[in-house]
Amino acid sequence: MTESYVVAIDQGTTSTRCIVFDRRGQLVSVQQREHHQHFPRPGWVEHDAVEIWRAVQQLGPRTLRQAGIGPEQVAAVGITNQRETTVLWDRHTGIPVSRAIVWQDTRTDELVSALAAQPFAPEVAVRSGLPLATYFSAPKVRWLLDHTPGLRERCARGDVLFGTMETWLIWNLTGGPSGGLHVTDVTNASRTMLMDLRTLSWDDDLLAFFDIPRAMLPSIRSSSEVYGRAVEAFPGVRIGAALGDQQAALFGQTCFAPGDAKCTYGTGSFLLLNTGSAPVRSTHGLLSTVAYQIAGADPVYALEGSIAITGSLVQWFRDQLGLIGTAPEIETLARTVEDNGGCYIVPAFSGLFAPHWRSEARGVIVGLTSYITKGHLARAVLEATGWQTREVVDAMNADSGLALRSLRVDGGMTADNLLMQFVADVLDVPVVRPMVAETVSLGAAYAAGLAVGYWPDLADLRRNWHRAAQWLPSMDPELRADEYDNWQRAVERTFDWLRPKAS
Amino acid sequence: MGVPGAIQSIERAAAILRLLASSSGKLGMGEISRSLELAKGTTHGILRTLQQVGFVEQDTASGRYQLGAALLHLGSSYLDVNELRSRSINWADPLASRSGEAVRIGTVLDGKVLVVHHVFRPDDTFQTLDVGSLLPLHATALGKVLLAWDAAAAIVAVRGELTAFTRKTVTKSGLGRALATVRESGWAAEAGEYHPEEAGIAAPIRGHGGLVVGAIGISGPTERVCDARGRPDPTLIGYVRDAARAISRDLGGLRT
Repeated sequence: MTESYVVAIDQGTTSTRCIVFDRRGQLVSVQQREHHQHFPRPGWVEHDAVEIWRAVQQLGPRTLRQAGIGPEQVAAVGITNQRETTVLWDRHTGIPVSRAIVWQDTRTDELVSALAAQPFAPEVAVRSGLPLATYFSAPKVRWLLDHTPGLRERCARGDVLFGTMETWLIWNLTGGPSGGLHVTDVTNASRTMLMDLRTLSWDDDLLAFFDIPRAMLPSIRSSSEVYGRAVEAFPGVRIGAALGDQQAALFGQTCFAPGDAKCTYGTGSFLLLNTGSAPVRSTHGLLSTVAYQIAGADPVYALEGSIAITGSLVQWFRDQLGLIGTAPEIETLARTVEDNGGCYIVPAFSGLFAPHWRSEARGVIVGLTSYITKGHLARAVLEATGWQTREVVDAMNADSGLALRSLRVDGGMTADNLLMQFVADVLDVPVVRPMVAETVSLGAAYAAGLAVGYWPDLADLRRNWHRAAQWLPSMDPELRADEYDNWQRAVERTFDWLRPKAS
Repeated sequence: MGVPGAIQSIERAAAILRLLASSSGKLGMGEISRSLELAKGTTHGILRTLQQVGFVEQDTASGRYQLGAALLHLGSSYLDVNELRSRSINWADPLASRSGEAVRIGTVLDGKVLVVHHVFRPDDTFQTLDVGSLLPLHATALGKVLLAWDAAAAIVAVRGELTAFTRKTVTKSGLGRALATVRESGWAAEAGEYHPEEAGIAAPIRGHGGLVVGAIGISGPTERVCDARGRPDPTLIGYVRDAARAISRDLGGLRT
């Protein structure tokens, strides 16, 4: 058998990477390229979709060369991507009508408020699983339609196409203007706000609500099937998977059973819980989303809780307060003291995300006394990530009726032993780090390999997963309860800080 | 003119550090080169090198220079152990996967090996994280690597009591020769010297200028780590040395 490898394209918010994996899920080669972040106005964040496509064209051959292999040895390519970021392009020329609007972009603030006032608004969350917010694709598409003369007509005629990043890349990989495939997968489609979470198809009422023409939308496919063959970057190679980045991490962590959960600890953190074959509607501020769908099988759903500020609080401690020189030193500083000394930091820098969703909240440091040292502050910084995880897990347990048994972790902050022990302590479940750190790209590779029979089944993938480290809870239950109570009282003190502007 | 045999660039670097230490505020590149009558290019090169090793810091806003934090901590730890773990983690995992054995990274602390990172043996059996625990320097492969390139620690070790954990544990008379072998080969091994049935292989992690800042190694049952005659498996030695080199390269301790 000459097809010995699987390739993942990881199209992220700041960079694009190509990674070659072998049958054991081991990384063989990796190439990366950053792309520009455009901030044309306050709150606006844009990417140049052509720059990103060029990066893929360059990285593909380079990654194969680094691995010493040719495209004929690649069984399949899988794509994982920053979610919700929106591209519109001319199907005849392949040229985008504008820069892509990135998920972080808040230009649709007022549009979203206006939409929220309409009678159909409450139904949006019921159908799509998502609260009306600026992150998701539909408001971004609508904004472009409203602000580009003649665009709505071109879209309605099917001359201009919509896609999130995986759609844009697949279209270009499969030929672009000459026969490119216009497809998306269920996980990415579930972040547009236009898909019915149960039927996994575009919903006419949602399209009408956002006033978006159906002709511009890609067709929705499963996350793991052969969409077509590449003619660019990886000529002749089958494209076997597409998954949003957080869903890919869940897949890479082999969280295939209901109750399996992973948390990716980065600048922000994303916790996803596999809830099985039916979507769970959250009543505790979480998102309901598609986890993955393998061709011919039922979809698997997930609850998602995002925490805005985790690693970025450590960066703030380093860059804005200057109390440490590098991020890992936070652990050294925190270990100079036994506990937090009664001090708590709630990093509501731009409001609180899940499960509170309080945009008017702002951060606090409470419990300050003359006893508090920078060591106590360092503890409070790390503990903030632990307690925020606990809040999301509590909400998930309440929504799903599943009690979390263990948490699989990945991301940069998993190098912090004090933090990982604290997470295990406050959740009162084991916290487990897998051997392969690249869970996002591994997830895309797994789904692609599965689609072409490179790996036979999910059980085979699970056998590739190995524990690299495990932290077991060891906190006294009474102390845990007291500390959680303190944290919750600290959180209450962030509420109602911003006052509504007098109009 | 300097002393015969002196290295001019080190003399100039020392002069720059003295100048920065004696000035009350930060200094610009022009001021430094004028004060010492050095060409700007030369001054710039020395400042950049001093900045790389952490002895000098440059203010991002003004571009002016001052003494770096690393100078103040010269006598204590050179590389923060949590920083070392964070920088090693992506190389320690593949080493465990390839070798099939547990991986540990250690540094010297008070005459012992401090375990700063631990990756489980990838067989999913129950294992306990032992980050923070202490191992004997003379009876482990990690410890021998650390002693081999740390003269002060080696002197202390030889003066002290070397506990014989097994009848194979290296003795006071044998330690010097054992460490010379380690320096010569660039790696260390241990077979049945700490626990009767276990063996280990380790190699040095180097930081700026080649200074050994830690050791990375694998350990497991002797029959897996060594051949029938008790010699460490060359393939495993290769894996360990590759991982050590990769981390060293990331830390700026190897010229690429």
